[in-house]
Amino acid sequence: MEAHMQFKKGLTAGLPIMLGYIPIAITYGVLAQQAGLSLFELTSMSVLVYAGAAQFMGTNMLAIGAGAIEIVLATFVLNFRHFVMSLSFMHQAKDFPLRWKAPLTLGLTDESFSVASIECKPTKQEKGYYFYGAIFLEAYLSWVIGSILGGLLGDIMPDAISQSLGIALYAMFIALLIPSVKTNGRYAIIAVLAMLFNYIFNHFIQEGWAIVVATILASFFGTFITDKRPPLNDQSVGKEHKIH
Amino acid sequence: MPRFFIITLMATVTVIPRLIPAFIIERVKFPSWFGRWLEVIPYAALGALIFPGVLSVVPERPYIGVVGGIAAIILALFRVHIILVVLGASVVVYFVL
Repeated sequence: MEAHMQFKKGLTAGLPIMLGYIPIAITYGVLAQQAGLSLFELTSMSVLVYAGAAQFMGTNMLAIGAGAIEIVLATFVLNFRHFVMSLSFMHQAKDFPLRWKAPLTLGLTDESFSVASIECKPTKQEKGYYFYGAIFLEAYLSWVIGSILGGLLGDIMPDAISQSLGIALYAMFIALLIPSVKTNGRYAIIAVLAMLFNYIFNHFIQEGWAIVVATILASFFGTFITDKRPPLNDQSVGKEHKIH
Repeated sequence: MPRFFIITLMATVTVIPRLIPAFIIERVKFPSWFGRWLEVIPYAALGALIFPGVLSVVPERPYIGVVGGIAAIILALFRVHIILVVLGASVVVYFVL
């Protein structure tokens, strides 16, 4: 029963990812098909690689006949940020059994990580892994089904709609960030630092590395900012309330 | 080299960095400062994911991303549900396009 509840909560939490993924996945499917990939190839890339930016890049590189080593290296660089995100999420979910932790990491993307890390309460709840499992599965299926639709049916989304939905995932990131920075100014400083770093590094190093370095540096500086409030995860929050 | 083989290699170099932390966390006991660092990574990641990427929603017209982003900020400040923030920002972009 608890598992069922957590799963349903997870599906609701993952809804904005689905909304953002489907139009992008359709676009990917269309472009990959135009680049000469078969339906099997473009679908297996979604099923196996499951990383938007890397798939767009990989498709382009395959189309222009780039070498295998080049493609694989570029993919590694572009997706290495998921290592940092996974480390953070696994720390958050450290109480989960390994048989849940390991499969969950496979579903980590920028978007699923963002939702999962802001929605941190289920990590302390009974069968909370069903919550994260639901978010990740919903996002994954949206991505895979969207790319099949794109490859199969072509451009079914009107241009104006898919362009407008291009803001969807950014709006989701913003909506996830704002409540946290409102209650804790330290998070605001960290996020703004990361934006500045990412903007600056983008001029000097590859986009993949820029995002990794910006994230690591900004969060590292963030740990030195003294925090006046107890962190949300902290058990002492509950204790304090009981005392007062 | 067959394309499908390249795709499986792309998958391998993507999956391994995602998967390794599950085993690291299981085995290594980190000092508490490292834990505090990992706990603020989401806010840094969100910052880096939003900017400057939001400017390229319509690559040749960066202001569209700015307008959509501001719409999302305003809606989020008013504690509107996340789905409505996403839809609201999309509607705003639809009319600005």
